[in-house]
Amino acid sequence: MKIRMQVNGAARELETEPMRRLLDVLREDCGLTGTKEGCGEGECGACTVLIDGKPVNSCLVPVGQVHEAELLTVEGLSDGELLTDVQRALVEHGGAQCGICTPGIAVTAESLIRREKNLDHARIRELLAGNLCRCTGYQRVVEAVAEAAAKRGGAGDE
Amino acid sequence: MDFGGFGQFMSVQVPEFVADGVRWAAMTNSTIRDLDKAVPRVDGADKVTGKALYVDDLKVDGALYGRTVRSHVPHAKLKRISLDPDFDWSDVVVVTADDITGKNVVLLIEEDQPALVPEGGIIRHVDEPVALVAASDPRRAQAAMEHVRLEVEELPAVFTIEESVAKKVLLRGDDNVYKRFEILRGDDVEQALASADYVIEGTYRTGAQEQMYIEPQGMIAEWTDAGAVRLVGSLQCPYYVHKAMRELLQLDEDKVIVTQAVTGGGFGGKEEYPSMLAAHVALLAKKAKRPVRMVYDRVEDVRATTKRHPAPTRHRIGVNKDGTIVAVDVDVLIDGGAYLTLSPVVLSRGVLHSVGPYNVPHVRVVGRAMATNLPPHGAFRGFGAPQTTFAYERQIEKAAQRVGMSSLEFRRKNMLREGDVTCTGQTLKYSVGSAQVLDAVEQQIGQAPPKGSAAPPQFASVKRGKGLAFYYHGAGFTGSGEDRLKGRASVAVNAGGKFEVRSTSTDIGQGTFTIFAQLASAALDVDIKDVEMIQPSTEKAPDSGPTVASRTTMVVGSVVQKAGAQLKQRLLAFAEESGVQSGDVAELAKRYAEKHGELEETVTYHSPPGVKWDDATYRGDAYPCYGWAACYVEVAVDDDTHEVTVERCIHAVDVGHAIHPVLVKGQIEGGTLQALGWALWESVVYRNGRVANPTMTDCIIPTSIEAPEMETLVVEVPYPHGPHGAKGVGEIPMDGPAAAVANAVADALGQPFDEVPLLPEVICRQVSATAAE
Amino acid sequence: MSEFLSPRTLAEALKLRSAHPDFTVLSGGTDLMVRATERDYPVGTIDVFSLKEMRGVCESDAALSIGASTPYADLLRSDVVLTMLPNLHAAIREIGAVQIQERGTIGGNIGTSSPVGDTLPCLLALDAEVELRSQNNTRRVAYSDFCTGYRKTQLGADELITAIHIPRPAKGTRLFWRKIGTRRAQAISKVMGAASFRIEEGVVSHARIALGAVADRPRRVEAAEQRIQGEKPSERLATEVAAIVRSDVKPIDDVRSTASYRLDVAVNIVRRFVLELV
Ligand SMILES: Cc1cc2nc3c(=O)[nH]c(=O)nc-3n(C[C@H](O)[C@H](O)[C@H](O)COP(=O)(O)OP(=O)(O)OC[C@H]3O[C@@H](n4cnc5c(N)ncnc54)[C@H](O)[C@@H]3O)c2cc1C
Ligand code: FES
Ligand code: FES
Repeated sequence: MKIRMQVNGAARELETEPMRRLLDVLREDCGLTGTKEGCGEGECGACTVLIDGKPVNSCLVPVGQVHEAELLTVEGLSDGELLTDVQRALVEHGGAQCGICTPGIAVTAESLIRREKNLDHARIRELLAGNLCRCTGYQRVVEAVAEAAAKRGGAGDE
Repeated sequence: MDFGGFGQFMSVQVPEFVADGVRWAAMTNSTIRDLDKAVPRVDGADKVTGKALYVDDLKVDGALYGRTVRSHVPHAKLKRISLDPDFDWSDVVVVTADDITGKNVVLLIEEDQPALVPEGGIIRHVDEPVALVAASDPRRAQAAMEHVRLEVEELPAVFTIEESVAKKVLLRGDDNVYKRFEILRGDDVEQALASADYVIEGTYRTGAQEQMYIEPQGMIAEWTDAGAVRLVGSLQCPYYVHKAMRELLQLDEDKVIVTQAVTGGGFGGKEEYPSMLAAHVALLAKKAKRPVRMVYDRVEDVRATTKRHPAPTRHRIGVNKDGTIVAVDVDVLIDGGAYLTLSPVVLSRGVLHSVGPYNVPHVRVVGRAMATNLPPHGAFRGFGAPQTTFAYERQIEKAAQRVGMSSLEFRRKNMLREGDVTCTGQTLKYSVGSAQVLDAVEQQIGQAPPKGSAAPPQFASVKRGKGLAFYYHGAGFTGSGEDRLKGRASVAVNAGGKFEVRSTSTDIGQGTFTIFAQLASAALDVDIKDVEMIQPSTEKAPDSGPTVASRTTMVVGSVVQKAGAQLKQRLLAFAEESGVQSGDVAELAKRYAEKHGELEETVTYHSPPGVKWDDATYRGDAYPCYGWAACYVEVAVDDDTHEVTVERCIHAVDVGHAIHPVLVKGQIEGGTLQALGWALWESVVYRNGRVANPTMTDCIIPTSIEAPEMETLVVEVPYPHGPHGAKGVGEIPMDGPAAAVANAVADALGQPFDEVPLLPEVICRQVSATAAE
Repeated sequence: MSEFLSPRTLAEALKLRSAHPDFTVLSGGTDLMVRATERDYPVGTIDVFSLKEMRGVCESDAALSIGASTPYADLLRSDVVLTMLPNLHAAIREIGAVQIQERGTIGGNIGTSSPVGDTLPCLLALDAEVELRSQNNTRRVAYSDFCTGYRKTQLGADELITAIHIPRPAKGTRLFWRKIGTRRAQAISKVMGAASFRIEEGVVSHARIALGAVADRPRRVEAAEQRIQGEKPSERLATEVAAIVRSDVKPIDDVRSTASYRLDVAVNIVRRFVLELV
C-alpha cells in the first residue's frame, strides 16, 4: 500500500505492507530510532508518537491507519539545537536516567502541556501513567513536566 | 564494522545546547564549581532528543536476525535435536553445541552453565538455550526457530526451595547446596537466646522480582578478517563478557572486543546475562560469516533472564525488657535456580547484612543457596540485602512492640554508631550516619506532607498505618574483593588535545559519565566541557571492574580522580620543561598533544589502609564503609479490596557526599519505587518452572500513579577515602522500603504481615483467616 | 501484502464488510495489535476508526448514543457523559492510560467482549443496547444478549457495531463504578462492578448490579437486584445482598488473581454500593 504522511513536518511517501506497525516503519524505513520499543503491547509507552497531535503507542498502530496523517516523533520536538521546555526541564531535573523511556515521556508530556491547563503533580501522575519508567521513580519526571507546564503559564493551545 | 551512527556514540561530549536562546554551556563554564552541582548530565541532551543510540538502534549492514531455540521442559535429558525436513532451511543458519570449538560454558564463578545444551546433555530449566537460528528477516528467523525439534527424556524437577532442601531430587552434590556461609559472634546463640527476656521468631518470605529495565537485552556480533569478534550490546560489565567469550571461543585477549551501547537500564539484570547473549550472537555470526543481531522481545526477556532470588529467611531475636538486643539467629535460604551463576555472592551479601545495623553481642547466621529447576536467579540491585533486610526490620519492629518502645526509640537504642562493632567484628571507624538518617526522618515526619500522591480510589473505606525501617548497605565489593579486582581507569590527553576519561564503568542511567566528567574536570582543574567520556569498550579502556555493588563512584571514581590529578601534574611538569607560559591545563593539553601526541595516566585501585578480611572465617572488615538509611511510609489499606496505597514516603540516605545532588536523588527515588513495587505489586508467577506472566501487562511494575510524592533526604557523613567523601548509593534505597511498607500494613490492620509482595490477595487471605479464628 | 480498506462512509464500509466477511474489522487497534509481530498479517482489514458517522456522542430526551468508533479520550472530554453517566465516565478514565484512551474505542471493547472489558459492566448496569448494521439491516440488541460467551458475540459476519444507545437514567438514579485492577492505571481488571439504583420515596425502585472478571463474560447478578428492589436501603440489606452475591458468583484463579479474592472483593464492593445508599 502506498502511504503518504507528514513526519516531523516533512512529507514522506512509502510503499509498504499496511499492517506493519508504525513503530517499525518509523525506525526501519524512516531511520527515526528515537522512538523505542519496550514491550510491543501498548504497556510501556516508550513508542509514543503524536498522530495529529494525539499521543499514541506506535506499536499498536498499523501504518495503513496513518495514511495522510501528521506525525510527530521525539526527533521532531526540538527545533534544531533548541530544546523544548519539556526536554530542557527533563535534563535539568534529572528526569532522564537510562533514557530509554525518555523519548516517549518527552512526546507525551509535550502533548499534555499543549492541551491541558492546571497540571498539578496529581494530574501529571495520572496523565503520564502510560509511560513506564523503571529508573527515576517518576519524581523528577513529574517535577520536570510541572515546571515546563508552569512555564507555558497554563495557557493550553486548545 | 559499519555501525551507521556507531562512530557518533563512541564519544559522548558534554552537551552544549541552546534552550530558549540561552546557551546551556554558559551555566557550566566553571571547574571546581561543577562539583556538587547539578550540571546537566553529559548524555542528557542526546537522551531527550532521541539521538542516543541503543543497541537496537544501531544500523549494521547485512546483519542477520538471531533467535534462540529453548528447551520448554524444566528438567530432562536432551536426546536429539532435529530440523523439520518440511521446512526450507536454505537461507537459515543453525547453530548447536556441536559448533562450539572452545569450551561450552558461560564462564562466571563456576563453569557449570553451557552456552547451549548439547545432545546427550541435561536440560536444567524450561527456557534453557538449546540451538540458535539466524535469517535475514526476523519473521523467517522466528519460523525457523519454531521448526527445530527436540527429543527429550523428562526428569523429575524441583521448583521450590523447600523441595530442594528436602532433596526431592538431587540436582547438585548430595544436598542441592550451591554455597553455604556462616557467621558467628559472641557466645553460643542458643544459650544467649535462652537468657533473653523475650525471643521473637518469624519466617519472612520475599518473592522473585524482575528487573524490568525498559530496554530488553540485545547484542550484536561481527567477526573481523583478523579473526577477532566485536560485540556491542546492552550491558553493565564489558569485561565479564570479555572473559566469558575468551573461554567459549578460545581467543586471545585482543581478539575479543566488547563495547557497551547506550543501555536502557540494568539494575543487575545486565550484569551476567549479556554473556549468554554474546555467546549466542558470536557463534551465529561465526558460522554465518555475517554480523548477527539478537534483541529479545519482552516475553523472552522476562522468561529467560535472571531475577531477584526468592528467599525465605528465618529470624530469631532475643531482647531484654529494657530494650537491649541480646542475640540474633538467622537462617537465610536463597533459590539459586538451575545454575550457580552469581548466587554465592548474592548469598554472601544477604548473610552479611542479615543482622542489620544494630549492636548484637551474640550472633549466628547460616546461609545456603539452593539449586532448583527454575531459570537462574541473579543480580538485582541490593544483591541479597533486601531479602534479609526485610526479615530483620520486621523482627526489630516486633521486638520494639514487645518491649513497648517506639519504632524510633528502639532503633536508636540499639543502632551501631561510630566505634561500634558489627556482626563480623568490624569496628566502624568513620562515616557512620545512623543517628543522622533517623534524625532526618523524624524531623521530616513533622513537616506537612507534599501534595500530589494518589488518594485511595472512590468509595473506599480505609485503614491507615505507619511504618519505619532502618538499614545499612556495604559499599563496594565484599571483603578483599576490591583488592582481587584491582579496578583501573585512565584519564588521558587524546591526540586531538582533549581530555578523555577511559574506563569500563558503564553508564546504565545512574550517571557514571557525568560523575566521572565532574571528578576528572575538578582534578584537572579544567572546564567540564573539555572532558570527553569514551563509550566503555575493552578495546579503549582498562578493566575498571564490573558496574555493580554501588562501587562505581566510590571506587572507580576515586581512581578517575587520582588519574586526573596525576595527569595534571604531568602537564604542569611538561610546561616547566618546555617553558610553556600557561597555567591553563586545557591549553597545556593542546600544546602537549601537538608536540608529543597522546598522554595517558592509569591508576589502579587499592583498598584503604587497615582494611582486613578473612574469607575463611567470614570475619573482619566486610566493607570499607557503609551507607545508612531510614525509610518511613504511611499507607492506606482498603477495607473492601485490601489494596494498599502509599500515601507518604520519606527516605533519608547517607551517601557520604553528593557529588551531583540531582543524580543522587534520582538514584534514591528510583530505588525506592523498585522497593515499593517489590513490596506491593511485583510478582513473578511460575507454573511448572516457567514464568506464567511474562509480559509487561501481567508482570507489572508501578506507574506514576502508584508512585507517591517522594520526600528524599540526602544525608552526608563523608567517607574519607571516597572522592570528596562520596560512598555508594546505588543499592541501599532498594533495601528497606519493603519492610517499612509491611510494618505500616501491620500497623494499619493490627496483625503481622511477613511476606512480600503484599498483594491484595495475600492480605485478603490472611485477614479472612484471622477473622475465621 | 495484505489488503487494507479505508472506507470513507458508513455505506461504503457496510458494502465492503459484506463483500469481505473474512476481513478483520479494525478500530483503534488496541486489542488487535497487541504483540502483532508474533502473528501473520490478516488477509485483509477494514478500518472503521476514522468513520465520521460512527463517531461522537448524541443526546436525546430518551437516550445517549455513542458512535462505536469514538475513542475514549473524546468521551472523557464530553460533559454529557460526565453528567449523565458518571459511572461510565469513571470507568473510561481508568482504562489503560492516555495513549490507550486516544485510540481505544467503546466499539472495540464491545467487539472484543472480554470478561475484563471495563465498559461492559457499565453497559449492563445501564441497560445499554448495541446497534448493529449490515448493508440491508439495522438491529438493536441489549448488551446482555449481545455477548454470548467467552469473547463471543452475536456479531454477524456482514455486520458492524455502529453505536451504543444508553437510556437516560431516570430521576433519582444513583450510579456506581469500582475497578480493582492489577494497579491503578494500565491495569487489567481483577474485579469490577457497576451499579444503577433508582430511589423513589426512600425505596429502591430499580436496580442493576453488574460485575466483570468473575465469569466467562461480564454479568448481572439478577438475584441480588431482585432482593433490593422495593426495599429501603439499610446496612442489613447491604449484608443480605452481599450474601446473595457470594452464593451466586463463581470466579476462577488465573495469573492475575485468585478465585477467593475475586469473590470476596465482588461481595464487598456490591455491599459498599448498597451502603452508599443508606
Ligand atoms: C496497554 C493496554 C491497556 C488496556 N487497558 C484496558 C483497560 O483498562 N480496560 C479495558 O476494558 N480495556 C483495556 N485495553 C483493551 C482495549 O484498549 C479496549 O478493549 C478497547 O476498547 C479496544 O478498542 P479498539 O478500538 O482499540 O479495538 P480494536 O483492537 O480495533 O478491535 C477490537 C475488536 O473489536 C472488533 N471491532 C472493533 N470495532 C468494531 C466495529 N465497529 N464493528 C465490529 N467489530 C469491531 C475488532 O474486529 C476486534 O475484534 C487495554 C489495551 C492495552 C493495549
Ligand atoms: S512498545 Fe509500544 S507501548 Fe511498549
Ligand atoms: S530513565 Fe530509564 S526507564 Fe526511565
